[in-house]
Amino acid sequence: MENPESSRTDDPVAGLLARYIRMPGVPDEMIGSDGGLRPVWAKFIPGLAAFSEDALAARQARGDRYLRDAGVFFRQYGPDTPVERDWPLSHMPVLIGEDEWAGIEAGLIQRAELLERVVADIYGDNRLVADGHLPPELVAGNPEWLRPLVGVAPRGGHFLHFLAFDIGRGPNGAWWVLGDRAQAPSGAGFALENRIATARSFSELYADLNVQRLAGFFKTFREALYRLRGSDEARIAVLTPGPMNDTYFEHAYLARYLGLMLLEGEDLTVRNGEVMVRTVAGLRPVSVLWRRLDANWIDPLELEQDSRLGTPGMVDALRAKSVTMLNALGSGVIEARAFLAFLPRISEALTGEPLALPNLATWWCGQQSERDHVMQNADRMTVGDAFANAPSFGHTSIDLDDGESLGDRIERDGVHLVGQEAVALSTTPALDDGQLVPRPMSLRVFLGRTPEGWQVMPGGLARIGRRGDTVELAMQKGGSTADVWVVGHRPAARVTMLSGRGDDVLRQKPEELPSRAADNLFWLGRYVERAENAIRLTRAYHLRLAEASAAEVELLEAVAAHLTWLGASPEQGFPQGLGAMISSAANTAARVRDRFSVDGWSALSDLDRTLAGMSNTALPGDDMARAMSVLLRKISGFTGLVHDNMYRFTGWRFLSIGRAVERASLLAGLLVDFGDPAAPDGSLDFALEAADSTQSHRKRYAVATSRQTLVDLVALDTLNPRAIIHQLDEIETHVGFLPDTGVARQLTPLQRSLLQMRAMLAGRTPEALTTPIIADIRTRFVALADELAEAYFG
Amino acid sequence: MLYDISLSIDYDYENAAGSSRHIVRLMPADLAGDQQLLTGNVSISPQPDEIRYFTDFFGNNTADVSFIERHDAIRFSVTAQVERQAQAKRFDTSTRCADLGSTLRRTLTLGRDSPHHFVAASPRVALEAETTAFARAVVAPDMGAHDAVIALGQALHAEFRFAEGETTVDTPMIEAFRNRSGVCQDFSHIMIAALRGVGIPAGYVSGFLRTLPPEGQARLEGADAMHAWVRAWCGPDMGWIEYDPTNACLVGEDHIVVARGRDYFDVAPVKGVMRSWGAHTTRHMVDVVPVGES
Repeated sequence: MENPESSRTDDPVAGLLARYIRMPGVPDEMIGSDGGLRPVWAKFIPGLAAFSEDALAARQARGDRYLRDAGVFFRQYGPDTPVERDWPLSHMPVLIGEDEWAGIEAGLIQRAELLERVVADIYGDNRLVADGHLPPELVAGNPEWLRPLVGVAPRGGHFLHFLAFDIGRGPNGAWWVLGDRAQAPSGAGFALENRIATARSFSELYADLNVQRLAGFFKTFREALYRLRGSDEARIAVLTPGPMNDTYFEHAYLARYLGLMLLEGEDLTVRNGEVMVRTVAGLRPVSVLWRRLDANWIDPLELEQDSRLGTPGMVDALRAKSVTMLNALGSGVIEARAFLAFLPRISEALTGEPLALPNLATWWCGQQSERDHVMQNADRMTVGDAFANAPSFGHTSIDLDDGESLGDRIERDGVHLVGQEAVALSTTPALDDGQLVPRPMSLRVFLGRTPEGWQVMPGGLARIGRRGDTVELAMQKGGSTADVWVVGHRPAARVTMLSGRGDDVLRQKPEELPSRAADNLFWLGRYVERAENAIRLTRAYHLRLAEASAAEVELLEAVAAHLTWLGASPEQGFPQGLGAMISSAANTAARVRDRFSVDGWSALSDLDRTLAGMSNTALPGDDMARAMSVLLRKISGFTGLVHDNMYRFTGWRFLSIGRAVERASLLAGLLVDFGDPAAPDGSLDFALEAADSTQSHRKRYAVATSRQTLVDLVALDTLNPRAIIHQLDEIETHVGFLPDTGVARQLTPLQRSLLQMRAMLAGRTPEALTTPIIADIRTRFVALADELAEAYFG
Repeated sequence: MLYDISLSIDYDYENAAGSSRHIVRLMPADLAGDQQLLTGNVSISPQPDEIRYFTDFFGNNTADVSFIERHDAIRFSVTAQVERQAQAKRFDTSTRCADLGSTLRRTLTLGRDSPHHFVAASPRVALEAETTAFARAVVAPDMGAHDAVIALGQALHAEFRFAEGETTVDTPMIEAFRNRSGVCQDFSHIMIAALRGVGIPAGYVSGFLRTLPPEGQARLEGADAMHAWVRAWCGPDMGWIEYDPTNACLVGEDHIVVARGRDYFDVAPVKGVMRSWGAHTTRHMVDVVPVGES
């Protein structure tokens, strides 16, 4: 007799689907209303079902590993401080057929064109208000309506260049626009990372499914950016609020992917109405800014005056039409939810056409009849802030005063409120413990303006709810994201960012390094060298501690004192100061993240993680010495990657100068404490070991270590990469490649200092290089940092 | 009345650290029918590297001034000759307070004088239950907006004390309200909050007062520095009226308008951004003298 259970498990697809219980009342992306697999999933699901449990887990891990190695993170704002979170990827892509996608595309392009006209009117003639299509309160009371920008037409004529729309599939199966993002939409870079990770997880399926590629969209958009420039020489930059922003990773990623500068407000200044970037070679014009900074923070002079992220005079530059801002300052005005109540009628009024994709049904409570409607249908509505921009996703989000009913509030403060139809969105399969489960989903779709019109990224960022209900979609609330595959009938054309004409024109010139980045790279070089030195000394200290010979007590005390002076006291077990040094290095590196390869970045974060794991466990003596050896290997790994692989741009020179300056002053400090005739027994050999020069000494001198041989090797030997004079050589070489900042044929203060230091060193025998002179040289290296800052970081 | 006006503002910086940039609104306005700017001259020392003039959203004469080199002090000086017309007594054609809301909804403009800019909270004027309660105690819904403005201004003047030095340019409105004291800026912010609280659109005016009163009249408070007062919208027929709560009077021949906005944020005489730290000090000197009396 046939057992129905076993026959079901024999067919893996049937088994998978049998366990997939759809949510009542909402459509599902994978299963049609007839209960069968939708055609667009027909290839994917059998492929998925063919994986064993272990194979599937391994596939998911493959995608996660990619994201971790690439360092993809977002910042979650917690109750105390924001924390970096691993990027939450739901491995199952959302599949949409290309015919259905074409409808979405057409609807969103129509909407993008409408929004452009609405924004232009709001910052122009205000016909929409005068003709009664838009209540004046929605503009005048809108925190994103920026009065200083009224009447300022953007250079090139367009307000909007890059848009995102949040869309979802409603209960009737049709797509709805849930919200418009017109200010500085995020997510396009994350969508790209999701694509890479998901394609790694399901590489064969991705290859078989004719999935439309994303690279072409970015390539076209980059070309469009280049055509927005005022002149061929002018620069294009991504303007970021900086590393503390929740999506900073994406800003750095897009800048690197598209070959644009990554700038913060303080990198820029406005001169004679022109936006300039401060570079190590002086001020250079910037012509296009793709901003990821909200408009109010852009200019502390004319907008939010408490902004420390902005550039004074930016609004003046826009008035002078010397720069193109994407999107125009003030575009955020149309993100307000209340606009959804008016856009359908505005579309009819302006174009004679209804919206092809409807938006979420919305009622603005500033009008009596709408207030009444919202109250009468309150059970099917969510009531929220009229000027907020995020879709309310099914829950009422206003705080009522004590004793106040929703009705009272709407009557009192209707201008600031909207009612929106509470919609349950469609579900899509997600993997939960190897099982497919339905989860609510919305899509963010991206559009870029090109000279040929709006282009839609074929794919996007899907947000997946953590639980069954729609409320949990927001990522800050623990939801996840997924890739979106637009599946075609025929194989998609391949495009990569690396191929094609014109790329050599796009390459940045070496002198383009922003001053702030140079400053950070210089300090990164110093911090890493400082940490490496402290690790090496700590290891030497604990090796001796393990052997614990009575004769060396005095030396150990001197080493402990030296380490304490360096900020890495060994007295409390694991030197806490070491953590601070590595953190300083990691934080500094984070500020120039766009300049590192993924490998360099992961080596540094690996070091940070390893150190955090050790600091509570390592015991003094041998154990600690071993821990230090591990750290030393890892930090050498980072410096090796940087110095071998980093392109010899100006930035690398600043990093190298930082390393040399730090190394020289540390070596001088070492000689002062352990090369002095009064230093305790064993000091000379210790100094050699700490300077990593024991082997060189053995090769170079037949005699035992003396002060003379030590000073000769560690201060004066140009062939020893750990000699002070060698650092001077390095610095002079690099400075020779830096842009000239001085007056022609005159020495800059920096060059003069270098010459004086060379004379101090090279003109002396080891005997004449006394401790006070070495101490003076140390001070001069520290002062060099200020001269460098004066010349290049101002 | 024809006035000679001179003003200087000095800034001294303890730790200047480089370039600075300022938005300056010091030049008297040219207002058809009310006030004519006959001559006007701004001088700034040291000589700025850049200066650009423009008209801001609210129609004010604005200069964008920047210095590239480090400087420890800046002086802004203005001399101007202004003809200020006596304000003829206007008939009260204002709208009833209770009807202002529906009237507003039919006012479909967003130009600089549209009342819609002046109904909600603005950068320096939060709408607080306390100030609204203060206004409600004075203003009845069936009062005309014009009478409501005057009643509220008189109540404020009666209950609040003019006191220099107790507040600064950055004091929040509600703090001055609770202390029942302040200078013209505080009086104006409080009155704006109170008016908006009962649905009367209200804005801020910066300007000058005649330094010495005509013979036989008392000297007005606030004549030693730049002054500030309030404008209120009384409905489509009457439009805007201006009222000086510090002196409890309608604005007249003795008041010279410089700039108008929602509150101090929009009209600050000098708003600057400088890379510096530490304290800076400011000195103002104002002289407003009828021509022929100096």
